[in-house]
Amino acid sequence: MAYLDHAATTPMLPEAIDALTAALGVTGNPASIHSAGQQAKRSLEESRERVAATLGADAIEVVFTGSGTEAVNLAIKGLHWRRQSGGPRPRILAPAGEHHATIDTIDWLVAHEGAEFVELPVDEVGRVRLDALADELARDAASISLVTMLWASNEVGTIQPVLEAAQLAAHAGVPLHIDAVAAYGQVPIDVRAIRRQTDAPPGAGLVAVSVSAHKIGGPAGIGALVVDRSAQLEPLLHGGGQQRRMRSGTQDVAAAAGFAAAATAVAGRLDVDAEHMAALRDRLVAGVARLVPEARLSGDPDPAGRLPANAHFSFPGCEGDSLLFLLDAAGVAVSTGSACQAGVPEPSHVLLAMGRSEADARGALRLTLGHASTEADVDAFLAALPDAYARASRAGLAARTTSFDR
Amino acid sequence: MRVLAAMSGGVDSAVAAARAVEAGHDVVGVHLALSRMPGTLRTGSRGCCTIEDSMDAQRAANLLGIPYYVWDFSERFKADVVDDFISEYAAGRTPNPCMRCNERIKFAALLEKALALGFDAVATGHYAKITTDASGRRELHRASAEAKDQSYVLGVLTAEQLEHAYFPLGDTPSKELVRQEAERRGLQVARKPDSYDICFISDGDTKGWLAEKVGTAAGDIVDRTGEVVGSHEGAHAYTVGQRKGLRLGTPAPDGRPRFVLEVRPKENTVVVGPKEALAIGEIAGSRFSWAGADPIASGLVAADGEPFVCEVQIRAHADPVPAVARLVPAAPEASGDRELVITPDTPLDGVAPGQTAVVYVGTRVLGQCTIDRTVSAVPVGA
Repeated sequence: MAYLDHAATTPMLPEAIDALTAALGVTGNPASIHSAGQQAKRSLEESRERVAATLGADAIEVVFTGSGTEAVNLAIKGLHWRRQSGGPRPRILAPAGEHHATIDTIDWLVAHEGAEFVELPVDEVGRVRLDALADELARDAASISLVTMLWASNEVGTIQPVLEAAQLAAHAGVPLHIDAVAAYGQVPIDVRAIRRQTDAPPGAGLVAVSVSAHKIGGPAGIGALVVDRSAQLEPLLHGGGQQRRMRSGTQDVAAAAGFAAAATAVAGRLDVDAEHMAALRDRLVAGVARLVPEARLSGDPDPAGRLPANAHFSFPGCEGDSLLFLLDAAGVAVSTGSACQAGVPEPSHVLLAMGRSEADARGALRLTLGHASTEADVDAFLAALPDAYARASRAGLAARTTSFDR
Repeated sequence: MRVLAAMSGGVDSAVAAARAVEAGHDVVGVHLALSRMPGTLRTGSRGCCTIEDSMDAQRAANLLGIPYYVWDFSERFKADVVDDFISEYAAGRTPNPCMRCNERIKFAALLEKALALGFDAVATGHYAKITTDASGRRELHRASAEAKDQSYVLGVLTAEQLEHAYFPLGDTPSKELVRQEAERRGLQVARKPDSYDICFISDGDTKGWLAEKVGTAAGDIVDRTGEVVGSHEGAHAYTVGQRKGLRLGTPAPDGRPRFVLEVRPKENTVVVGPKEALAIGEIAGSRFSWAGADPIASGLVAADGEPFVCEVQIRAHADPVPAVARLVPAAPEASGDRELVITPDTPLDGVAPGQTAVVYVGTRVLGQCTIDRTVSAVPVGA
């Protein structure tokens, strides 16, 4: 099978499996005082240090969570709640086309906590309009609890101007959270460097970054939120007070070990992997342009402006689910890239936010590479594409008009 | 052949898919997403359209070892079934949304998409039989399981649709045997309750749902002479044959109970009268279709206009009634140029325009028409 859906999840790295399985046999709760507990604690903190090193953070700033989604929730809710102590700050700024972990969290705060969602427009490649961010920050910075945005789109791969956004937030004295789940392992992330370059005051500018282990070859079930030591947030979970009281609950030593092993491995060869994936991505984009000239590449056409592992197309007149089905039958795993609720597809809100039509959104296909992807994977997709496209076009016609309408 | 098994999450479609696999076909399971906002859990008597149902379908597909996908038909379903249901009710007719779904979604939008994607047939868990006559033409027949027979709701299928329809449960003598088979196969839905309400009305309150969609306006309840005998809060809440809940101010001259005879949405009027006035002596419709060979090709008549002996069924669970039918030139105002006129041997009760009359010859479904008009067996004043 040619697996081209690494953005959904990517196979665990052998070193991550080794580290995880080795740690599974170790007895001891890292919060226990005895020697067994201390051994577990030592393993956990070594893992935390190694993850921190890949993010330009100190170990104390890394909070392990159960997922990237939990990290995003903790950042947005935690910052929003804590920021209410200095007076009402209802406004949350975020670009259109964010991941559902962000959208649904903000929607919940709007519905239940009186928050106000200020949606920042994006351009036709899905990049946030910095002038809109600057305007909103200038309008009434004191009423903003936080700004949150993706480092790079999980769907169309567009890389956001994180440094510029961090600059604006730092200057306005507003905290910024970056959801780097999709970007982690594909672009360098250095929280400390960004804070230094943007002259971020305590608690403002880039203060939080979310990542997830299973997107980089670690295990599913563990993510992390980097929380700058100057930032404060309310916890989602209360209990034993673990992890600076920001995330209670017994910590998963084995998952952290697997995470750390993957993070270290990926960070150590980031340049090589990114170059490898970008070359495959370019081959894929060129191949699609040759075979289906009417297909439209979504996101930034400039290779430097998108994630090296991401290619995203709209196939006019087709439904993504037909293409997915036909390619799956041909042994090629791809994604429609849209949000799914128990597998129920919806037209992508990301593409709609970029000003694309519902028909365009319906014909969307996302192809994402991993470090172990090969030319053979890409070529298998390209070999299956023409027939799949022809059939899906006919099915698209049937879906729009049945014999009753013709 | 390559079979697309439409899997609702219920026991019937799961067993149908299992039998298709066992018959050696190349089977793929597909669950139809009919709403963009599905409920989370199954409630009451609805057997589809929730996330739980989708998961049930997926678990069944997993057990059968077949690929499984969810395809979004929510927009077509809304346009062709839900909106049609609303507009038919608003026009004073009583539609059957399940038939409409078979006609427009399962055996049209889904089937045509499936054929385009390389499938040969769509399999469903309907209880009905497809046979082939001597000249190779497909015929639709009642199921062996009489109590569960669903040939009525499939009466809208045309010859082309029957060519690609596959009903693996048609020969099973009873639903209980299907459940037992599901248990034997280890399908978790073996004892899942039957569904019988309209799937898109989540709480089963059809009248309340319609009131919300169609709106309500108070109007008159009149007798057959046009005299006002009461008032109502919205005509669509009444169905032909209804007796309870009329709350008529003026008693009938003979003191006998009165029934809803007709709903006239344009005038927002409900017509009531004695029980015997419910008896319908003739029904007719210009929107008709044949399930396979038409009456001439079936050897029933030599030419249009000639009457033929048949049975007519006007509801999913009504008994069939012996009748005579014929095709005649339609009235000028009708939507088609011909009209199927059906005269039952004994009058039918509770017939409303919008209902579908399915015509059988023996166990075979000959065709159907949507009822445009009815003729009372009892003249006014009788």
